[in-house]
Amino acid sequence: MSINAHPELPEFDYVRPATLMEASRFLAEHAGEARPLLGGTDIFVRMRDGFYHDKYLVDVKHLDSTDELSYDPQRGLKLGAGVNMNRVMASPMVQAHYALLAEACRSVASYQLRTRATIVGNICNASPAGDTIGACLVLGGVLNVHGVGGYRQEPLATFFRGPGKTVLQPGDIVTSIEFPPAPAGAAGVYIKLGRNTWSDLSIVGVTVYGYADAGRASGYRFQAALASVAPTPLLVPALEEHLASHPINAEAFRQAARLAQAACSPIDDVRGSARYRKAMVRTLTEKALQMTWKKLGN
Amino acid sequence: MANHRITLKINGEYEQVDVPSQMTLLQMLRDKLAFTGTKNGCNAGECGACTVLLNGEPVNSCMILAVECQGAEIVTVEGLAQDGVLDPVQQAIIDHGGVQCGFCTPGVLISARALINRNPHPTPDEISEALVGNLCRCTGYLRIVDAIQDAAARQESLAARL
Repeated sequence: MSINAHPELPEFDYVRPATLMEASRFLAEHAGEARPLLGGTDIFVRMRDGFYHDKYLVDVKHLDSTDELSYDPQRGLKLGAGVNMNRVMASPMVQAHYALLAEACRSVASYQLRTRATIVGNICNASPAGDTIGACLVLGGVLNVHGVGGYRQEPLATFFRGPGKTVLQPGDIVTSIEFPPAPAGAAGVYIKLGRNTWSDLSIVGVTVYGYADAGRASGYRFQAALASVAPTPLLVPALEEHLASHPINAEAFRQAARLAQAACSPIDDVRGSARYRKAMVRTLTEKALQMTWKKLGN
Repeated sequence: MANHRITLKINGEYEQVDVPSQMTLLQMLRDKLAFTGTKNGCNAGECGACTVLLNGEPVNSCMILAVECQGAEIVTVEGLAQDGVLDPVQQAIIDHGGVQCGFCTPGVLISARALINRNPHPTPDEISEALVGNLCRCTGYLRIVDAIQDAAARQESLAARL
């Protein structure tokens, strides 16, 4: 028996292309045996545990504008694929307009891990437990993807296909994520239920985001995204519809939480049972809605 | 499998090293360059015993490829003392008895140095949060947290005298 909890990395070749097109072509030509590398915080664990057997890791975090973090009041926020989570959290623009994103990053692992971990990597890893994905979903994230045919955009809402599965094709590299300008006064919370306060993977994660919206009967728009309770990170349209069409009060939040509970389909695993997760989705969604309501000044 | 020749700065000295793709920064530091102060605890980015500064920011060196560090500046625990004088975080952790078995200590010291660099007046809560990625199974953390707070205060009084 080894002293190390995890073995050393298996053999592979590290490839560092000079351009995005070179990277896309290499990944397409070596489909099934090459993987884009950002911070590596998931990839290296998966390789050591024998889940990934790639012959090539293609470093894409130094390519065109992947280092960009920019904000414009008209266009919104752009986060390059190589921007690490600590940088996101420390950005005054993110804190001012997308505080929910900073809060979600803060819940990820440790400071050291977040020096390497990226939001785009968290998304591409496509874990149902991805801590930053809920915030990215409710904030309306859109991915810029570079493939062998050039650039295209993929809305995050239709990006996930299953655990670890996305719409990305061989050769595709997500170069950045963009968010539209946040509505004035918008507020959100991310409640992460783990075995400890900090750093653990979530047993259940609930993201709620809301803002005043005169276009809806209730005068508000609320969205919720759930982590670790379905094969993919899950938006709950039924909750949004209910809270758009009913007066906002404690009973509306209770019913919305029931709808979130009905929408999820968790499994039993080492971190929690399906039954427990279902119960927690209802409790934490109601709590998150109330906390958001308070943050909105009510 | 390809070897890569990289040049980087470790504790102020330039080093040129040939590394295979899959070699981590931690393996290179310990096995190629004999910086054995940096420890291998979990090899999975959980325990923080391998924490070093990469371009001024703390990272788990088990979760970074050596080849990714081309041109980088690394500080390990061996690089904290200057001209034979311990860093304030080192002196404080000795004075407060914040070391028991010592295996987590190099990583704790690096995290503490990075914390004080970015936040010269950390509260106990901020110190605890900064140490989330540094597991210590001996001390219960209290003396470590006291030491880091004291180190920040000592550093400030040192700066005030200069």
